[in-house]
Amino acid sequence: MTMAIIGRPLARVDGRAKVTGAARYAADFNQPGQAYAVIVSATVGLGRVTGMDSAAIEKMPGILAVLSHLNAPRLAYGQHKSYIDPATGERLHVLQDERIRFHGQPVAVVVATTIAQAERAAAALRVSYNAERPVVDSAGPEARPIVPEAGRQPDARLPADKARGDADRALAESPVKVDETYDIARENHNPMEPHATIASWNGDRLTLWSKSQFVVNEQAEIAAIFGLPLENVTVICPFIGGAFGTSLRTWPHVTLAAMAAQHVRRPVKLVLTRKQMFFTTGHRPRTVQRIALGATADGKLTSVVHEGTGETSRYEEFMEALTSVTTFLYSCPNVRTRYRLVPVDTGTPNHMRGPGEASGVFALECAMDELAYKLRLDPIDLRRRNEPAIDEGENKPFSSRSLMRCYDLGAEHFGWARRTPEPRSMRDGRLLVGMGVASASYPAFHAPATARARLLPDGTAEVEIAASDMGPGTYTSMTQVAAETLGLPVERVRFSLGRSDYPPAPSHGGSWTMASVGSAIRAACIAVREEAAKGRTDRPIEATASSQRDPQAAERFSMHSFGAVFVEIAVDPDVGTIRVRRAVGAYGIGRVVNPRLARSQCTGGMVGGIGMALMERTVLDARDGRPVNAHMADYLMPVNLDILQLEAHFVEEADPHVNQLGVKGLGEIALVGIAPAIANAVFHATGKRVRALPIRIEDVLTA
Amino acid sequence: MAVVPQVAAQSTSEGSPSAPTARVRLAVNGVRHELDLDTRQSLLDVLREDLGLTGTKKGCNQGACGACTILLNGRRVVSCLTLAAMHDGATVETIEGLEKNGELHPLQSAFVEHDGLQCGFCTPGQIMSAVGCIAEGHAGSPDDIRFWMSGNICRCGAYPGIVAAVADAAKRV
Repeated sequence: MTMAIIGRPLARVDGRAKVTGAARYAADFNQPGQAYAVIVSATVGLGRVTGMDSAAIEKMPGILAVLSHLNAPRLAYGQHKSYIDPATGERLHVLQDERIRFHGQPVAVVVATTIAQAERAAAALRVSYNAERPVVDSAGPEARPIVPEAGRQPDARLPADKARGDADRALAESPVKVDETYDIARENHNPMEPHATIASWNGDRLTLWSKSQFVVNEQAEIAAIFGLPLENVTVICPFIGGAFGTSLRTWPHVTLAAMAAQHVRRPVKLVLTRKQMFFTTGHRPRTVQRIALGATADGKLTSVVHEGTGETSRYEEFMEALTSVTTFLYSCPNVRTRYRLVPVDTGTPNHMRGPGEASGVFALECAMDELAYKLRLDPIDLRRRNEPAIDEGENKPFSSRSLMRCYDLGAEHFGWARRTPEPRSMRDGRLLVGMGVASASYPAFHAPATARARLLPDGTAEVEIAASDMGPGTYTSMTQVAAETLGLPVERVRFSLGRSDYPPAPSHGGSWTMASVGSAIRAACIAVREEAAKGRTDRPIEATASSQRDPQAAERFSMHSFGAVFVEIAVDPDVGTIRVRRAVGAYGIGRVVNPRLARSQCTGGMVGGIGMALMERTVLDARDGRPVNAHMADYLMPVNLDILQLEAHFVEEADPHVNQLGVKGLGEIALVGIAPAIANAVFHATGKRVRALPIRIEDVLTA
Repeated sequence: MAVVPQVAAQSTSEGSPSAPTARVRLAVNGVRHELDLDTRQSLLDVLREDLGLTGTKKGCNQGACGACTILLNGRRVVSCLTLAAMHDGATVETIEGLEKNGELHPLQSAFVEHDGLQCGFCTPGQIMSAVGCIAEGHAGSPDDIRFWMSGNICRCGAYPGIVAAVADAAKRV
């Protein structure tokens, strides 16, 4: 008999640790005798280091070492590539040569006894360069798009080209057309916690207290870089201060911390500055996308063309799911997608919450809104007329799809019926009011995972897996899964994560943690329960078990979450300020393990989407690739005053195919769809169609 | 244009002597400390690196995110922009000092109850800022709270929970 613990809105089990300051993040693991390392970042955007006045620095008080390509050890840099690394290209090898590939690349690391000494010396280090002018504008005249290597095969996970029917011909013959270009600025993740690593060597064994969404991969990568056996490296990360994708990969600072600690023979703490968070730890790539839609006069899609390019670095081909959703979101016989990359002289981008989907769906959903206006149809009605019976891109049924039920539920909570469709037709005093909608979608992924469960004679249980919790509430939701499966109250289950010596978990991203880690925990707890049922014992009962998705189900079905997002904005016509007054999201995400945390995660994703739509933009200086707003006051993000009423609702959705728990994940979809709903609301309020993000005051003032 | 603190290339250069130190007396969460500090040290670094009080977080070190908010002589300040040497004799309260005899402060309980947090990294700063916000009389309405808590960024976007927690706790303290 199981107690219904899954589905209960429990408060966070780690809440007390987080409100008392007891939760320890990477930089909180101070070690005895610890020294401090500060990275010196290149101040040119391309070229070579020609000289470095380390001698002057080494005389400063407390300085233990100045490491650069001139004296750093040549590291093994053995082969290592995970699925979160770009398939094509090679990661940055740090301090191995004099070449500068992008502004902010590490050129030296200064190690000192105290943090103040290290900061002072790093700031004073004089570095000379032979500088060249970098190309950093991925849409400028020097941009050269390439076909991504890993997308060349038609059966690639992210195919560069995919088509059904003849979309171009159908477009030419369509009576109603929309053909527009959408430009989304580069964004930086900017989690509250900066990247940090404390490295400590004991002989040839290395312990890293390091911010990571993927501790087993960080272990493997650092072992490969230093030429160590895997078991010699341990990565520990019990808490992550937000990440949104930036800590999926192991970036150069982790190597530098380990290198510095080895050199000075002491534990070393290295924390990136906020400015450095804009250099070497990835970003959502700028994208430029063309969407062309053709339709019949009664609103049936006849053609969809989606051509998108994303920026990448010169040394790695970062790919994301920019055009994927377009192939299955709506029913249409003629669809053509094209995905290209533009290498520029910057660091490699990486996944940022809703990677690919958030950008691609923005373009598609804005275009759908434009089409609805051309057809004089309600935008929800347009979507209803194009609701597919199956995934027409894969020619498979959906394991579950609740998009129209999401629209119904969301419309009811939002009060969509009150909207008058004409632009500038709704006002509140002198303010222009706009209401917009958009669809959201994200795949229901799953990856193999292994967990260990242990039932102790005192009737408590311990569960371990090398998973992570960057804020969604993994600690809590996994405790719920374990407690319910073991038939124990929540208080009797101790769940631990964030150590590379626990059984392996996949990366903490892609909204697959609940599905993958949860299923593994369930499997381990079932094994323990079955063993315990055999009879009483005074010894602990331990089981390790793995889980993966039923391969037949994966073959048969197309698996995605869907959602409908509604937004109401108010625009001040005199000063152009845009305020999101309300947002309502309705989601079909399978089973909801903890409604309290699920709602919180969804509204948090909305806040991220508001940032994407109205604020976030990393601006690069065209002369040297310098991010000019690499500061938390200049890279605008939503603050408390920007956020008013946010609501998330879930439709009942039982999906027996996705995984044993029936969960689809929701971290990513929570951000997808917000920006287009806002842009569509801006059009409704002002009559001005803004196709570039972020939407700025000046865009609206010229309306 | 970004104004980024850049200490570089001012007066350091040639064979700088050891940095000046100052004797600073601080009462932190009721515990007295007498410290010889590098005068360049922020109060944040003193708390985290010298006193081992890592509950206070360094989010930006630029005074822009609020994660390092503490109470200095009863007023909320960003400790990253506060030089420790300038506050000899001061009283400091951090997140570690809020819990009394195993009892959470009403704000701490309210943040858990209203899920005013996700990753938890901004939370110590949010809570210390909220202590100040309530004491200042700036927690009278949700709009008031949003305005006076806007110096504390929450990148996870837990703002609705934060506002609810502060409003709730304001009735209890």
